[in-house]
Amino acid sequence: MRAMVLKEFRQLRRDRRTLALMIMVPLLLLIVFGYVARFDIKQIPTAVVGAQAEMVAGLLPEPFDVRIVDSAGDRATGEDLLRRSRAIIAVVAEPPLTILVDGTELFAAQSARAANLVGGASGALPIPFELEVLFNPELSTAVVMVPSLIGMVLTAIGTVITSLGVVRERQEGTLEQLAVMPLRPRDVIIGKIAPYFLVGVLDMAVITAAGLLLFDVPFRGSWLVFAAAAFAFLLAVLGVGVLISTLSHTQGEAIQLAIMTMLPQIMLSGMIFPLTAMPWGVRWISYLLPLTYFVQIVRGVFLKATPFDALGVPFLALILLAVVVLGLAVLRFRRDLAPAGRRRATPAEAAS
Amino acid sequence: MTWGVEALGVSFGRTVALEGVTLEVPAGQVTAVVGGDGAGKTTLLRVLAGLVLPNRGTARRPERERMGYLPARAGGFRDLTVAENLEFVTSVCRLANVGARAGDLLERTGLAPFRERLARDLSGGMRQKLGVIMALLPEPALLILDEPTTGIDPVSRADLWRLIALAAARGAGVVVSSAYLDEAERASWVLVLHEGRPLLAGPPTRVVSSLTGSVVELDTPTDRRRAWRRGPRWREWRPGGDPAGIAPALEDVVIVAALAAAERGTP
Repeated sequence: MRAMVLKEFRQLRRDRRTLALMIMVPLLLLIVFGYVARFDIKQIPTAVVGAQAEMVAGLLPEPFDVRIVDSAGDRATGEDLLRRSRAIIAVVAEPPLTILVDGTELFAAQSARAANLVGGASGALPIPFELEVLFNPELSTAVVMVPSLIGMVLTAIGTVITSLGVVRERQEGTLEQLAVMPLRPRDVIIGKIAPYFLVGVLDMAVITAAGLLLFDVPFRGSWLVFAAAAFAFLLAVLGVGVLISTLSHTQGEAIQLAIMTMLPQIMLSGMIFPLTAMPWGVRWISYLLPLTYFVQIVRGVFLKATPFDALGVPFLALILLAVVVLGLAVLRFRRDLAPAGRRRATPAEAAS
Repeated sequence: MTWGVEALGVSFGRTVALEGVTLEVPAGQVTAVVGGDGAGKTTLLRVLAGLVLPNRGTARRPERERMGYLPARAGGFRDLTVAENLEFVTSVCRLANVGARAGDLLERTGLAPFRERLARDLSGGMRQKLGVIMALLPEPALLILDEPTTGIDPVSRADLWRLIALAAARGAGVVVSSAYLDEAERASWVLVLHEGRPLLAGPPTRVVSSLTGSVVELDTPTDRRRAWRRGPRWREWRPGGDPAGIAPALEDVVIVAALAAAERGTP
């Protein structure tokens, strides 16, 4: 038995990825759960609009973090600010005093309730007010989670399936066969990715339909905006898949790497734990993940009918990430298919 | 047209994979590259195929449309049927009217009844044959086969060698790597690699006659360092010659060359 244990330890020591998975992931989980997994939000981005905005803003206690004060605004302004995710709470400071809560921000809405302001007549505000939860009046978890889950499911499927498909080709030696055939690297790469992209699109359509039908999730925004976000997101996801495949020798390694990229996406994308509750030491990682922006876009489009112009930042970030990841993946993949000399070589007398 | 490599040097980091290797692959002939594991056979073939850039030396190869390459252990796309694999090659290489030729190749190799079988469900030998047929289908000017017969039963090996000879007869320059020395005797030219360097080169008969000293056959070896088993008996190298010397096989000559290199302290 001693020999067996020794052999296993030796093998494990040389299998860096498994070791990383065994040591890094628990560490990551601990850090994430310790610092990130906070549902209690210390600061709730708040907007105060209406004629008495200045006065009411001064009365708001913690955790309301007044960021926008607009005396010229009205209820419509407040709703619009919530729709554009510029605030989670909008106080309409004109009689009757109304507090609008963005119901898609479950934890913020609950924090507001915990602050003894929302939902109680004995609130911290000295004047009576009306409370309205917009977009998700029943504060349903499914309504908020299902749109994000579309992104998560696609991340899992897209990354794993794509990377496995490419790695298998490499493992079998058939990638080299392709490299020598009269195909341009571009033909191989696009030919390889296109079917996965189409399957991803189909997958996305099925999951979205199932989400809408089974969980009564509303779809209030523009299908076109959703389609555009899905397109960019799928490219990024497939790019991660191809990138993983260029870094893996076997299908097992590809799956390990895929898990390592998926865990932070699930934890840090804002899908489960609100970004606003994360300390900056960890939050910056969130901003490097495609899922973060996809979640922001789909929640807005599904539930709040957020207009396209208010989604500029997440869209730009998503496209940038897709371009960078896919670009890196294609460069690495291309290197496998065509060493530099092969492109230099003249066809008939290829001297390398 | 003669394809090949000249004064090749390839290093991966500090590891020298090939040094000073020259190989000519004339049209219409089969050239064999033999050597043990890690001798550099695959690297040499990958340089010739254009998949590895050499650090030194040059390679001459035709354009991709006229080159067939079968990597070691590859044999078609596993999730495609035999017919679909050939269809893919036909389409990629823009081949016209190859149906009859493909049918003929399948018949010759006994794969004809398995056209609709997935490559992954073929036996090892059948998959290798499929891989060779795929490389042969475009009638390449240069055919590069990396260990096509490794791990294959003797009947399939014979089938594969018939295919290889057929390709050469149709004018292709064929280069085949193998760990089996008896196969190299079928080639017109053989290059023996040892630790990345050329050990012996020439037509198999000339390589055999280049033996220095003699090889004797014994029941009990007198010098273990210069002896190797051959069947139930031993063979031993006598550098100074021996009147009892037997006619050596290519395998014996390669072993002697490797022993001599080791004794000189240089490969």
